[in-house]
Amino acid sequence: MLSRTAASLYWLGRYVERADFVARLIEATLRLDVLSPRSAGEDAWRTALAVSETADAFTAGGHTLSREEVAHFLLADSTHPGSILRCLAMARDNARAVRTALSREAWQAINGAWLIFDQRIGRLDPTAVLGVVDAVKAETRGFEGAVHRMLRNQTTSFIRLGQAVERTDNTARLLDVKYHILLPEGERVGGTVDRDQWTTILQTVSAVTAFRWLYNDGLNPTNVIDLLLSRAELPRSLAASTEETVAALTALARASGTQGEADRMARTRQARVARTRTGDVIAAGLHQHLQSLIVENAQLHDAIGRQFKFH
Amino acid sequence: MGTAAFDEIMGASSVDGARPELRDLCRWLADTPDGELRRRQQSAETTFRQLGITFAVYGESEAGERIIPFDIVPRVFLADEWARLSEGLVQRVEAINAFLVDIYGDQKILRDGVLPADLILGNAQFRPEIAGIRPPHDVWAHICGIDLVRTGPDDFFVLEDNARTPSGVSYMLENREAMVRLCPELFSKFRVAAVDSYPDRLLETMRSVAPRGCGGPRPTCVVLTPGHYNSAYYEHSFLADSMGVELVEAADLVVDDDVVYMRTIDGRVRVDVIYRRVDDDYLDPLVFRPDSMLGVPGLIAAYAAGNVAILNAPGNGIADDKAIYSYMPEIVKYYSGSDARLPNVETYRCREPQALKYVLDHLDQLVVKLVDGSGGYGMLVGPTASSAEIERFRAALVAAPERYIAQPTLALSTVPTLVEQGVAPRHVDFRPFVLTGAKGVQVVPGGLTRVALREGSLVVNSSQGGGTKDSFVLMDEPHGMTQTMGNMTQTLGQGQR
Repeated sequence: MLSRTAASLYWLGRYVERADFVARLIEATLRLDVLSPRSAGEDAWRTALAVSETADAFTAGGHTLSREEVAHFLLADSTHPGSILRCLAMARDNARAVRTALSREAWQAINGAWLIFDQRIGRLDPTAVLGVVDAVKAETRGFEGAVHRMLRNQTTSFIRLGQAVERTDNTARLLDVKYHILLPEGERVGGTVDRDQWTTILQTVSAVTAFRWLYNDGLNPTNVIDLLLSRAELPRSLAASTEETVAALTALARASGTQGEADRMARTRQARVARTRTGDVIAAGLHQHLQSLIVENAQLHDAIGRQFKFH
Repeated sequence: MGTAAFDEIMGASSVDGARPELRDLCRWLADTPDGELRRRQQSAETTFRQLGITFAVYGESEAGERIIPFDIVPRVFLADEWARLSEGLVQRVEAINAFLVDIYGDQKILRDGVLPADLILGNAQFRPEIAGIRPPHDVWAHICGIDLVRTGPDDFFVLEDNARTPSGVSYMLENREAMVRLCPELFSKFRVAAVDSYPDRLLETMRSVAPRGCGGPRPTCVVLTPGHYNSAYYEHSFLADSMGVELVEAADLVVDDDVVYMRTIDGRVRVDVIYRRVDDDYLDPLVFRPDSMLGVPGLIAAYAAGNVAILNAPGNGIADDKAIYSYMPEIVKYYSGSDARLPNVETYRCREPQALKYVLDHLDQLVVKLVDGSGGYGMLVGPTASSAEIERFRAALVAAPERYIAQPTLALSTVPTLVEQGVAPRHVDFRPFVLTGAKGVQVVPGGLTRVALREGSLVVNSSQGGGTKDSFVLMDEPHGMTQTMGNMTQTLGQGQR
């Protein structure tokens, strides 16, 4: 496979995953702001910006913090690279560059997602925002389904790898930001919890129902953290994402017959995440733990680029 | 002009009724309500948009990508018409190849005084850098698109030869896919020659011209594209995909010791045959454009060393240049020994003083073209031009006559076409595709029909609002199942990819 093709497939995976994550983030934030009995208002949107690491870009763009502004900024702003619009445009650009490697269904899903933004999207009311978000989620789901039905070859492995690396980053940042905000210094885990806030985390990773299945003793922060950190059954948990990263790299190694730096890094990390016990992490400092995971993930990203000669 | 035109389905005039062989098509047109035709047409266009079968219009930043309008009414060639046409096409393409071999070799045609030497040697399309290089198997124009117009049942004229990087073949294939899906009844009424073997034939052509002694019986073939912002990128990816070969950009290729490699995740892989859809200028910065960062440094050296085949050969522009075009009847005669079966459109070479005088006196009746223009840009259509446009061209002609040729406006044939008001005749042209490999020349039974959607318009270019139609080539034999089965297989095969 051409190195350029591999790079485009990997980035395609990353951008689709990111678009999907931002879509779920907008949806969950909107619920928190509008639909919950105790509306979180501006704080909810400030947090959404922090989770997607776009707070600086938002301020730099001269926007004011409001539901309409942030929702539009994350959804359809063409001026900053974190919006769904830009993620999908980048995903489509990469998909176009590797048209020959994708099945028609996979391409059509990407193109379909991009076509949602064919008409200029202005400031929308919450119902309309949810409409667009639903459409985006449907297309990204369609893409994942199409990829699942493609040949299990290097093509799908690179897409899966991109998705897994992106997912690790997203979940780690989601948990880090929310935890930071929900438990200001000095407060004990297990104290009074803001149900709506914790539910938002679960909604963002599509795990509200899964949580109920896995934990019987109700919504408490330790359980939510445990689910996102170490339950490999949940596809968006860190345990599952790091496992998926290893699986994608192993499939690639099997095809080429060689392994490298990225394989070693990913395996070491996965073993460590699998050993991690939630109680210990909380005691030692969740923030530090997540920050080092995020840094390590970026290092792994670079190692992947070197190993497969992306540049 | 519009009223006198020959209609390919309805015949010379509406009084005669349909051409006898095509009565079934007329009946189909009459029996299918316009609304139903429109629904099918929209369904096809929706599919094209979903598939991303788009082209970019240069200079239009806003639109970015557009689909070419598709017309649901097919254009039909009878079997005997096609047989005659094919003979003419084979003769012409063989002559183009022989001309290129000669012009970059011994230049006998110049020494025999058939062409003025300065026409070649002073032409920007003549590449002295290429002279002396012999491509593998002496094939130069592997993939030709010959643009034809028609004025009567047996009156075909060559409007233009395309021996560099002719595009449009993906429309031939996708339009057929759409027609089979949307109008299956037509394929039981008519026995239509299949076009779906084109990618196989192209790959066979590529393999046949692989350099001798390259990596075994399965030479590594690639399609070289300028990248996904190019207006024809869809076609490049479509062809690579249907042949099952890599689609590469210049940056994916590297030349080492006169051997071409592509960069892969497992290291370098040797490349034997390149179907390039990149202009000569951007092939190799060491040879053609030292100022350019684009291209593959060393590619031409590898080609000269006989280590790689390039389709079409660099330097082909000298064969399809509009200034050369007017000499094609002489060129065909010189190499084939007989008169050209497919005539040219009468052409005034403005470089010749007498012709220039005639052109200047008849600007309102002529079509004037830049010899190095394409896509309908830099063109004057006298009968429909404003007087300001005519005066602008008059000044340009006087300033640099050698840059222009002129042709009479022909009464181009029409084909019924679905337009806003219903089904109405619209002017068409035709681009068949001709493949030349080590084993000879073949014409694919079909091609790209372009249609001018505006009433009376003669400009069919997609950049100027033209559309496309499927082009049926009917087969002689009694009605059978073959075609339907063939298409069914194709559809299933594509679903599995």
